[in-house]
Amino acid sequence: MAKNHHPTPMLDELENGPWPSFISGIKSLRDKHPDDRIQGISNDLLGQLEHSYETRKGYWKGGTVSVFGYGSGIIPRFSEVGNAFPNSKEFHTVRVQPPAGNFYTTDMLRKLANSWEKYGSGLVTFHGQTGNAMFIGVNTENTQKFFDEINEYGFDLGGAGPCVRTGMSCVGAARCEQSCANEQRIHRTLLNRFTDDVHRPSLPYKFKFKVSGCPNDCVNAIERSDFAVIGTWRDAMKIDQAKVKEFIQEKGRAEVIDNVTTRCPTRCMTLHDDDTLEVDDKNCVRCMHCLNVMHTALSPGDDRGVSILLGGKRTLKIGDLMGTVIVPFMKLDTDEDYAQLTELAENIIDFWAENGLEHERCGEMIERIGLMNFLKELGIDADPNMINHPRQSSYVRLDGFDEAAEEHLRRKMEQRQQATATASH
Amino acid sequence: MAQAQEMRSPIESGCPDGFQYMHPVMRRNFGMWDHHAHPAPGVLYHESESGEGIWTVRAGTQRILDVFTLRKLCDIGDQYGDGYVRFTTRSNIEYMVDAEAKVAPLVKALEDAGFVVGGTQNSIAMISHTQGWLHCDIPGTDASGVVKAMMDELIDEFRNTNMPNRVHMTTSCCQINCGGQGDIAINVQHTKPPKINHDLVANVCERPSVVARCPVAAIRPAVVNGKPSLEVDEQKCMCCGACFPPCPPMQINDPEHTKLSIWVGGNHSNARGKPTFQKLVASGIPNNPPRWPEATAIVKRILKTYQEDGKDWERMNDWIERIGWPEFFSKTGLPFTRYHVDNWRGARNSLNASTHIRQ
Repeated sequence: MAKNHHPTPMLDELENGPWPSFISGIKSLRDKHPDDRIQGISNDLLGQLEHSYETRKGYWKGGTVSVFGYGSGIIPRFSEVGNAFPNSKEFHTVRVQPPAGNFYTTDMLRKLANSWEKYGSGLVTFHGQTGNAMFIGVNTENTQKFFDEINEYGFDLGGAGPCVRTGMSCVGAARCEQSCANEQRIHRTLLNRFTDDVHRPSLPYKFKFKVSGCPNDCVNAIERSDFAVIGTWRDAMKIDQAKVKEFIQEKGRAEVIDNVTTRCPTRCMTLHDDDTLEVDDKNCVRCMHCLNVMHTALSPGDDRGVSILLGGKRTLKIGDLMGTVIVPFMKLDTDEDYAQLTELAENIIDFWAENGLEHERCGEMIERIGLMNFLKELGIDADPNMINHPRQSSYVRLDGFDEAAEEHLRRKMEQRQQATATASH
Repeated sequence: MAQAQEMRSPIESGCPDGFQYMHPVMRRNFGMWDHHAHPAPGVLYHESESGEGIWTVRAGTQRILDVFTLRKLCDIGDQYGDGYVRFTTRSNIEYMVDAEAKVAPLVKALEDAGFVVGGTQNSIAMISHTQGWLHCDIPGTDASGVVKAMMDELIDEFRNTNMPNRVHMTTSCCQINCGGQGDIAINVQHTKPPKINHDLVANVCERPSVVARCPVAAIRPAVVNGKPSLEVDEQKCMCCGACFPPCPPMQINDPEHTKLSIWVGGNHSNARGKPTFQKLVASGIPNNPPRWPEATAIVKRILKTYQEDGKDWERMNDWIERIGWPEFFSKTGLPFTRYHVDNWRGARNSLNASTHIRQ
């Protein structure tokens, strides 16, 4: 009964307070789990963590661990103080790809818990910042066994290292009226095209896909993915004028003026004296604010598709970058549309794999070589939606300008002709 | 060879199909949702064009789940819910049910079991965080512990919806900042250059990669005590710690000099303005386990000021844009220093080139 528990006076402080305590959770594994192996791991993990709290330092180091056939998906952790805490000296994390939108049945969670308990520490997080289900704490030997078991019932590893990483999508069309996209299909189409690049790291650095169904961007795709797919629409937003009136009756006219029309970034909304709302759709930038406030009365239009932004990442190395627009609008209805999306991603990853420096994110490569040099290689033309404003500095060589201008005008004419031809069919 | 044949080949199934785990109401109404309502904090109702509706109950957990806790969450889902759950971007668990009558017992069961129902609409959402001392190889601090200590203090604002708009908070345990952008971010900030163990560098580190990793070109190859090693130009070094992951003998974490900084105004949404990065507002905060009271105090001060002064629908960045940075520092009482003025690339764009000054 009275086992040799490491004293944890500092961690004990984290059992106080009303928020659920992860320390109490780890202690319950130490004290109540029937398996001696898990009791031992939990005790030594708490011991090492207490040691970190006391000395204010981390004691894990990386290494090389994977499963047969893959080069990625496991975050290896070996303890630098393993002699003092031998039962948790190998404490790797297994990164597992969840479905888009992070859906599970309780049956499946139990199944995962059972497998994990057999081989691992019994600690799991749904999900890490990249989007993986994180099975935290397994030794090298059991890593393969755990993977084999969950792989048999439909789960596969995510990325780790310089490779395509696990994607992330919002709840989307499964439960949200703002969604303009099929996040499930986009996410699986993109990720599963690159399964090889997820499992076998051979890129300059990490590459992340994220999908948000609307510009509210609930999965932070622009800020933290290399390839952000964001649902949007290009026809008029739908207005239910009767619901607008209901909204005003309930909340007052000032609410619409103060919290809707005057908050519009392009001032494209007018509230008329008869309490009807008019939107200048040509000037709507699809920011979502009015739809968020008046979600019963206003909805996205019917001609839906996606915008694609490229190159978002966090601080290392050149500083934080937002993704920037490379495709202002793209339909995603037919198989051909999806094939086009996949081809775009393939071309981008191929070019970056060839031209990116070691440890250089896609956005950093674009920063280094210039957006237009990059897009030229992809066969994508300049579009004013890609910029906040045109060039401000005259320090530029413009001797190809006339040719580029002619090309632009010719392309415009072709587009017009195509549109007329389609309309007449 | 014989051994290789015994190994099981992986099934490279990649990302699994999400529809198999969706609540049947969600499956039937995929892409057909019409509107939603917010009957109570932590509870959402969505209605489809078909007339079907689904209720969602959201709860905060300790995020690092032991299997007992995970099974407890499953038991609640089976007994009071329909057996279908999902996890939000901020690691809350959501239970979807097909009848309003199931909501109150589900909420009660979650609260009785110690989970915290909330995190919707204008609440302070669960702090999204990284691994820290529990699992990371380069952490300057813990993550789960900081978040637990902070959520203990912010739990009422998680349970309620009294903020001007939603508040997303993040923490990061090193300057790579895996935690991401937030309305408030609590991030590690090192203040001294790495301490180099020259005996180990040659054997452990691929020196050219380490030199290339430095954002300010402060690292160069050197021979120290007759051994090939690396040296750091300490005048140039801005103590980011980027060299530490590829070269562990360049220890950046320091019990005394690794501090916490607080950043505000990061916003990933396109609503109203374009997405924004967070800005530095406070630094030099001690990395003080087990409960980091100094960091929490500053966070609470910022939140209180925002709550009192922000208008409806203003996210943290919208609020500061309206009142201006001088007023932000004045209202929060946080010191404004020379270190708040950026000198990284593109810094000029952050300077005020106008007479727009609130006199």
